[in-house]
Amino acid sequence: MQDYLVEVDKLCFSRGDNPIFSGVNLRLQKGKITAVMGPSGTGKTTLLRLLGGQLKPDQGQIKVFGQEVPRLGRRQLFALRSRMGMLFQSGALFTDMTVFENVAFPLRVHTSLSEQMIRDLVLIKLEAVGLRGARHLMPSELSGGMTRRVALARAIALDPELLMYDEPFVGQDPISMGVLVQLIKRLNQALGLTSVIVSHDIAETLSIADYAYILAGGKVIAEGTPAELQASEQADVRQFVAGLPDGPVPFHYPAPSFRDDLFASEGVANA
Amino acid sequence: MRNQRWVEVSVGGFMLLGLLALVFLAFKVSGLTYDPGRSNFEVEAFFGDIGGLKPRSKVTLAGVVVGRVTSIELDEEWFEARVVMQLDERLKGKLSLDTAAAIQTSGLLGDNYISLTPGIDDEMLVHGGTLRDTQSALILEQLINQFITNSTRD
Amino acid sequence: MLDWLAGLGRSGLLVIAALGRSGVFLMQSLVGWPRSSEAFRLWVQQVYAVGVLSLIIILVSGLFIGMVLGLQGYTILVDFGAEQALGQMVALSLTRELAPVVAALLFAGRAGSALTAEIGLMKATEQLSSMEMIGVDPLRRIVAPRLLAGFFALPILSLIFAMVGIGGGWLVGVDWLGVDPGAFWSNMQSAVGFREDVVNGLIKSLVFAFVVTWIAVFQGYDLVPTSEGISRATTKTVVYSSLAVLGLDFVLTALMFSNL
Repeated sequence: MQDYLVEVDKLCFSRGDNPIFSGVNLRLQKGKITAVMGPSGTGKTTLLRLLGGQLKPDQGQIKVFGQEVPRLGRRQLFALRSRMGMLFQSGALFTDMTVFENVAFPLRVHTSLSEQMIRDLVLIKLEAVGLRGARHLMPSELSGGMTRRVALARAIALDPELLMYDEPFVGQDPISMGVLVQLIKRLNQALGLTSVIVSHDIAETLSIADYAYILAGGKVIAEGTPAELQASEQADVRQFVAGLPDGPVPFHYPAPSFRDDLFASEGVANA
Repeated sequence: MRNQRWVEVSVGGFMLLGLLALVFLAFKVSGLTYDPGRSNFEVEAFFGDIGGLKPRSKVTLAGVVVGRVTSIELDEEWFEARVVMQLDERLKGKLSLDTAAAIQTSGLLGDNYISLTPGIDDEMLVHGGTLRDTQSALILEQLINQFITNSTRD
Repeated sequence: MLDWLAGLGRSGLLVIAALGRSGVFLMQSLVGWPRSSEAFRLWVQQVYAVGVLSLIIILVSGLFIGMVLGLQGYTILVDFGAEQALGQMVALSLTRELAPVVAALLFAGRAGSALTAEIGLMKATEQLSSMEMIGVDPLRRIVAPRLLAGFFALPILSLIFAMVGIGGGWLVGVDWLGVDPGAFWSNMQSAVGFREDVVNGLIKSLVFAFVVTWIAVFQGYDLVPTSEGISRATTKTVVYSSLAVLGLDFVLTALMFSNL
């Protein structure tokens, strides 16, 4: 029990009339990289927001560091969040600050360190992601991969215990993808972090994950180590891991049969 | 981030400009003057009809503005208008008790104002005194009316 | 017919819900705003963004509106031989109506739409979320300084507008058309009351500042975080605040000047 940093039990969440999770159970082991995978639109980002307390679940328990996130007050929530870092899909750097100020931001608001200390810490974090030389640039001057690395430096600025990655590999060229994969793995080992990666880039994610969950249709359809998942016989897991176009997750959006549609005259009556 | 110093300086300049505008509107535009309060020279007068006289209307003597109307209310005993006016403090003790007050109109259609005419009495008006000799506003329509009825009677 | 009624009711509910959200939003942003030097610095920065950067448009439009008033007023008043009253006409129309209203409309177009777009873009690029995850409340850090800066900047802009407008009226009336300067100023001074006109105009402008900034910031915060959502919210800001300003202007005028 002790070495689970995050415990999610019977989580239910819906947006409007649209259920996103119906009974999801998740465990994040301390010091490990856990991957949460699934097709687009299965609410992976929503899951991270639930963990961070930005959204409240309809039902179920979410425990982070042993605290029940949905029950926390505003102040406690902000205290809790200072112990976690999150890397957003777009990087979400503050566009009106330089790279340096972006990384310094969490330090300035959560600590009362001297300017010299902040400078040293920021340079250490930027060095870790290899962008110490880019500290005077504005976010608009960075490439996509660099943006994400700066965002990573900012996410680890306060030495969080839990780091959440939201689609870290989306839209990256192979080189920056490789850089990011290495960085995530190295940081996790060097800082003793617990990481959760939400992604649908299976190969990269499984290459660094210690444990993985596959979400589909609001439920966990499979879990296990990467090796177990890759060897799985389950049809829907196989489809997802191997990237087959058709299978339990259908290629076609629900529609009447093609034949009926072709012969129907709807919409062409006045043509 | 823009240069913080420049931001601060320009915001300071912006506030000063706003203050300047307020001062301009107060003194140059609305003619606000330093009001020494009630210690001024204040007298009252009763009129049968004040026409279009309003608070802040001018009070003149020999055509020179010497004060302003401060309040107008109905005297419920005599059903007359009680007009209180503040006069220039320099006139204190120099206006005789029988000074006359008349409501006049500047031009044919202009504002109403009170015109004072000094009397010959030896006693002088004091703060809070009352002007006895008053002449109500001339109302153009009434004059015309009178003129018409008089001419038809003949 | 029934469908139509149901639709009306549904959109009515949506409007009420949005009103409620915006009220909660306002409360959460402003209650407990820290009075630290950091908060003050952020506020100064926003006063710069919404106030100082709107100054040019306010100065230029104020000048032109004053000049037009001078010209139009002169041609009307000269028929009655009352061109002496030009000063009072220009000053009264500016202090009572034009300065608060036109400044608020320009502010909605210049600063309000910028506020909506800026906050909307921050939302769309997850900057607000990431700020929240860093443990900083974006309502306090981003929204509150902008709200307070807007409340503060517009009344100042409207004072400046009135001053420049009267200057413009003077330029055309006295300098160009030859109205007697003494009569221009003294008629103005006897007609304009400080409390009745200048202060009431300032109160109007405070109300407009509150409403316009609130609408702008809320539209930015509440929008759908896509590029279409941002453009829509920016339009909404300008339309809603213009309507609110003109509608409120009528109400305020009725309250303030009906017994004069």
